Amino acid sequence: MTRIRTELFRQEAGKALKNRHLQEALSDFQERISKATATAFSSLPDAEGLRLEARRARMRAIENLDVLLERLADKILARGGRVFFARDAREAVEYCLETARRLGVKKVVKGKSMVAEEIGLNEALQEADIQVCETDVGEFIVQLAGEPPSHIIAPAVHKTKMEVGRLFSEKLGIPYTDDPVALTRAARDALRQRFLEADMGISGCNLACAETGHITTVSNEGNIRMASTLPRVHIAIMGMERIAARLADHDVLLRLLCMGAAGQRLAGYVSYLGGPRQPDQEDGPDEFHLVVLDNGRSRILADEDFREILCCIRCAACLNVCPVYGKIGGHAYGHVYCGPVGSVLAPLFVGVNRAKDLCLGETLCGACRDACPLHIDLPGMLLRLRSKLADGDDGWGVKRERPAEKLFFMLWAGLVRSPGLYALALSAAAFLQRLLPGAKDTITRLPYPFHEWTQSRDIKRLDGRAFRKRWKELR
Amino acid sequence: MSGRKEAALFVPCIIDGMYPEVGEAMVGVLRRLGVHLCCPAGQTCCGQPAFKAGYRKEAVVAARHFIRTFEGTGTVVCPSGSCVAMVRQRYPELFRDDPGWMEKARAVGGRVFELTEYLVDVLGIEDVGARYRGKVTYHDSCDLLRGLGVREQPRKLIGRVRDVEFVEMKDSERCCGFGGGFSFRYGDISTAILEDKVRNILDSGADTVVGCDMGCLMNIQGILSRARHPVRTMHIAQLLAGSGDALPSPARRVPQPPCR
Repeated sequence: MTRIRTELFRQEAGKALKNRHLQEALSDFQERISKATATAFSSLPDAEGLRLEARRARMRAIENLDVLLERLADKILARGGRVFFARDAREAVEYCLETARRLGVKKVVKGKSMVAEEIGLNEALQEADIQVCETDVGEFIVQLAGEPPSHIIAPAVHKTKMEVGRLFSEKLGIPYTDDPVALTRAARDALRQRFLEADMGISGCNLACAETGHITTVSNEGNIRMASTLPRVHIAIMGMERIAARLADHDVLLRLLCMGAAGQRLAGYVSYLGGPRQPDQEDGPDEFHLVVLDNGRSRILADEDFREILCCIRCAACLNVCPVYGKIGGHAYGHVYCGPVGSVLAPLFVGVNRAKDLCLGETLCGACRDACPLHIDLPGMLLRLRSKLADGDDGWGVKRERPAEKLFFMLWAGLVRSPGLYALALSAAAFLQRLLPGAKDTITRLPYPFHEWTQSRDIKRLDGRAFRKRWKELR
Repeated sequence: MSGRKEAALFVPCIIDGMYPEVGEAMVGVLRRLGVHLCCPAGQTCCGQPAFKAGYRKEAVVAARHFIRTFEGTGTVVCPSGSCVAMVRQRYPELFRDDPGWMEKARAVGGRVFELTEYLVDVLGIEDVGARYRGKVTYHDSCDLLRGLGVREQPRKLIGRVRDVEFVEMKDSERCCGFGGGFSFRYGDISTAILEDKVRNILDSGADTVVGCDMGCLMNIQGILSRARHPVRTMHIAQLLAGSGDALPSPARRVPQPPCR
């Protein structure tokens, strides 16, 4: 498993907030991409209808995963491909390593894949002395920098062009430039050689189709097409939920994916792959492997409260509108999946206690649910995760957090059902708050655990004459 | 709308305790429009703070109390989108394993309206006869906008207030960073989000920022006050009450029915 640092959310978020370059990069990015996506959606004749149709198709597929995956596998096997069902990250990594060893693979080119990140494939390959080269320009940048991606679609969004310029000059030995065109050309030159030398290509899978028995890869750089056709072997890794039943569903979902991800009607390159090179084909690998990864997904599938998250097509539209992501960036989440979708997925993958700050560190503003092409109720699932933290949950192995807060709410519950006591408590609080510093109407410093509010803000004092008292005169 | 207009007041706990003047303003507006009001005496809190923090058992206690308190009333009006969203949209989740209470929750949820929704959609009134001299901008609260889908109603009401110059701020629909417990627990992230909101308010050139939820307004006011910016925060009920102007006294006495 790769770099899980969900426990460090607070510290990492704090650092991100102080990083001026990051703040600029994030706010520019969100501004641009969220508007592009919104415009693209509004240009669709029946965007809402399409979204509902996609959601239904996705839910149906999730509920029939076993049948659909079998159908997909059968078709791929029939074309001479191989399919491996991996229970967890270790099994998936082992399969890839074993295949590489068997074929004497020394150099790998990779298309961008979050699932490969999830299982820590790059690290494992490198430990086995196999050279890995990311070929998506964003991924290429973060790999050179020795960093994890900070966005599902735009992995290097946290980097300014000046930073990329310095990085390229240091690692690729080119003269410093911060001209994006020159930088892209430099990356392209470096990558071209790697493509030609590689023995194995590894890619993810944006969405498989059971009816036709294909996986699909989507890119705007053409790199995945190169990685999956030039080397003599291609391994594709997919999360077991990323499948559509029919080609018609697949078509709708693909359009929504491109729209949610980049505000495009369709990405530049969409490849349908379903096996090794066939006798009548000129291009393609000698061997094609599909690794279908569970790694905690079937556990999510079994829980109706969270099943919906498996509909996600990883377009990252939720990241692009999230006010929290827009301030702390992707690294602070400490997991390969960040932003609103990561805040639901990461706790379910690594443990709710371990990722408690991801469950609590959201405003629940609902922008993610609106932006999601499938209207996945991310805030609703965050609320359910919070309830597990509040009261513990045996099914998910969650221990109760914050016992003092629990006690507070138990007392509070006693008050809210007794109007007399509630009014008394309110009066008492209005009296006691006089001890707190501030002006006549405002408090400037609240005590622990409320102190963080007043580090930047004042707060209004309770009014001695609550509305309930005033109403008696108003009647 | 014909016949006698009646409504029961659902007063959010933060308005009850911290901003009672907002409650008074709402009473003023509704009475000016001839709505007969009652205010069920036993009301406390709808349970939202507990629910959003994850304490569902405690939220259920509050929800049951709320439902009992408002069971006998007709239409319920509340000056907060998030409290209405709690009752209308979250109670069904709280009682999903309890059909008896679920039915009651749905019944109450169907009768609860946020103030601007009540004025524009239920009463069909956009001009409440208010006057305010100022340049006003409007902040969309998350639960009101994305939860209840109320976007145009407040804008229509503000647009009809005499002497108001209305300007939209940039990103009015973006969260202010309040998020209830979030703003206390993650003060620095909350503040960073809030700073963007305040910049957009200041850039709009407005002297007054109006909203429909005191949670957001408390957050915005908190930082404006700390930074000593002269911009006023105002609940829409206060704007519509037209207080301090030459209009008829809003809180004039009309016979009120007792609350059952």
